[in-house]
Amino acid sequence: MLSRTAASLYWLGRYAERADFSARLIEATVRLDALSTRPAGSAAWASALNVIDAGEAFAALGKHVEQRHVAPFLLCSPDHPGSIWRCLEAARTNARAVRMALSRESWSAINNAWLRVSTGGVPKDGAGLLALLEGVHSSALSLTGAIERMLKHPSSMFMRLGGAIERVDNTARLLDVKYHILLPEEEVVGGVLDRDQWTTILQTVSAVNAYRFLYSGGLNARNVIEFLVLRPELPRSLIAGAQEALEQLQHIAEVTHNFSAADSLAMTRLAVLRRLKVDAIIGEGLHEYLEDFIEQNAALDQAISTQFRFF
Amino acid sequence: MRDPVFIEFFDDVERSIPRAECAALVDWLNTAPIETLRMRQNAAEQAFRQLGITFAVYGDEDARERIIPFDIIPRLFSAAEWARLEQGLDQRVRAINAFLNDIYGEQRIIKAGIIPHDLVFSNPQYRSELVGMRPPHDIWAHIAGIDMVRTGADGFSVLEDNVRTPSGVSYMLENREAMIRLCPELFRQMRVATVDGYPDLLHAMMRISAPPAARDNPVCVILTPGQYNSAYYEHSFLADSIGIELVEAADLLVEDDKVWMRSITGLVQVDVIYRRIDDDYLDPEVFRPDSMLGVPGLMRAFRAGNVTLVNAPGTGIADDKAIYSYMPEIVSFYSGSEALLPIVQTWRCREPDACQYVLDHIEDLVVKLVDGSGGYGMLIGPLATKAECAQFRAAIRAQPEKYIAQPTLALSAVPTLTDAGIAPRHVDFRPFVLSSPDGVAMVPGGLTRVALKQGSLVVNSSQGGGTKDTFVLMRDEGIA
Repeated sequence: MLSRTAASLYWLGRYAERADFSARLIEATVRLDALSTRPAGSAAWASALNVIDAGEAFAALGKHVEQRHVAPFLLCSPDHPGSIWRCLEAARTNARAVRMALSRESWSAINNAWLRVSTGGVPKDGAGLLALLEGVHSSALSLTGAIERMLKHPSSMFMRLGGAIERVDNTARLLDVKYHILLPEEEVVGGVLDRDQWTTILQTVSAVNAYRFLYSGGLNARNVIEFLVLRPELPRSLIAGAQEALEQLQHIAEVTHNFSAADSLAMTRLAVLRRLKVDAIIGEGLHEYLEDFIEQNAALDQAISTQFRFF
Repeated sequence: MRDPVFIEFFDDVERSIPRAECAALVDWLNTAPIETLRMRQNAAEQAFRQLGITFAVYGDEDARERIIPFDIIPRLFSAAEWARLEQGLDQRVRAINAFLNDIYGEQRIIKAGIIPHDLVFSNPQYRSELVGMRPPHDIWAHIAGIDMVRTGADGFSVLEDNVRTPSGVSYMLENREAMIRLCPELFRQMRVATVDGYPDLLHAMMRISAPPAARDNPVCVILTPGQYNSAYYEHSFLADSIGIELVEAADLLVEDDKVWMRSITGLVQVDVIYRRIDDDYLDPEVFRPDSMLGVPGLMRAFRAGNVTLVNAPGTGIADDKAIYSYMPEIVSFYSGSEALLPIVQTWRCREPDACQYVLDHIEDLVVKLVDGSGGYGMLIGPLATKAECAQFRAAIRAQPEKYIAQPTLALSAVPTLTDAGIAPRHVDFRPFVLSSPDGVAMVPGGLTRVALKQGSLVVNSSQGGGTKDTFVLMRDEGIA
């Protein structure tokens, strides 16, 4: 396979995942801001901007941090490289470049998501916004399904690898930005604000019910951290993503008979996560742990680029 | 006065007596309800759109979404007609390759005084960089698209040779797919020769044309300018149907005068490149230095004999419109016999007498730029305004060597589904001829282009032309 093709598939996987994550982040923030019993207001939107590292870019616009400005910015701003529309556009451009390596269903899923946001315009109200986000989300689901049904070929492996690398990055950032909420000093644990904030986090990773299923004791910081970092049952946990990345690298290695730096990095990362206990993370500081993890993930991304000669 | 238009399928202008080989087709046409035809045609175009068989016209904002209109009514050649065409095409394409070998080699044809010296040496299509060069197996034009027109029951002539990077073969294949799916009954009523062997034929040609050192298992690729090129769909379609990589310039590099492609397992040597990039952009070291589409050093590898370029650079000299007028002489010079396929009478404005004739009769002639293509830079006298004629006259006077002129041909017409029902529309025909060390090969068929506007003679897709499937009968048995 051409390096360029592999790179396009990998970035297609990353951008599609990022678009999906942003869609769920906006959706969860709408709920936190407007629908909860004690609306969090602009704080909710400020933290959403921080999760995807867009705080500065938005501030440069000089607009109020509130839903009617932030949501369109995150959804369809042509100037913000991290907006859902720009992510979908990037995913689609990569898909076009490797059209023949994709199944027809995969292409349609990306194309449809892009069309939905391109032609939708800025939603007039919250309901319109949620409907549009729902559409992006369901396109992302059909892409995942389509990729899983593709031939066991490096094409699907590179897309899934990109998806896995992006997914853990997103989850880690989400946790990092909300960590002060997760580990409160003053607020009463189990208080109303807590519950809403935590629910937001779980909604963003589509795991509210999964959490309730796995943990009977209600919402608490220790469990949420364990859930998002160490539970392989949750597809968006760090350990599940690390496992998926390693599996895809191994599948590729079986085809190419080529092992190198990226494989050993991914292997080590998973081994460490498997031995890790949640109390150790909390003991040494969640923020420090996540910063480290994000850095390691970037190093793995770099090693993948080098190994397969992207660029 | 122009000759009456030959309406294909029929023996008479009134369209009442079908030709023997077309009887079944005419019968089908007479019995199929027009609404059914329309429905099928829409279904075909819908499918093309979904597949993304689009093309871009320069300067068109919505270019990416355009498809070439498809006409559901095929045109048809009898087995005997095809056999005759095939023979003529074989002879012509062999002569073109011999001509290219000669012109970049001994230049016998010039020494023999058959072609004027300056017509070759001052021609921008002539690449002096290639003099003395011998491509692998002495083949220059591996793929030729020969544009043919029909003016009567037996009147076929060549309108234009395309031996640089002829396009359109994907339409031949996709149109046939559509016809089989939408009009299966036609294939039961007549034995139509298949065209779906083309990708295999192309692949076999590429493999056997590899440099001798790589003969065992040559790595073949298709080189595309990228996804924004108007023919990108065709490039990816061909790569996919053959099962080879579709590469862009950035995927290739030249080291030690060998071409390598960047793959996920490292550099892989490339032996055969079917390039869909013009000569000018092929290698910035030799041709246009500002080309971003080319591969620096590619010509070094080509000269060293380490890579086969399909087609070789420099072939443009053979399809130049001024050279075209010498094709009958070129064919008999190299083949030793009369050219089987005639050309259209051509006045070369570089010759003073001819130039004067063209200036005097411009209203009746078609004037073409010798290096124009795609229907651009062309004047159709009978349809042009006085101002346009004057404009061309001035241009010809200023640079006579840049123009040729031909009579306005009565191009044959084929029944076509139009908004106003079934009506004849003018067509041309482009078969795709492959040359390899094994000889000349082609599939029985090609691309029929149709001018959809009533009376129009311009079939180019960039100017509102459409396409039709081209049926070639396997046998003419039972035909009177």
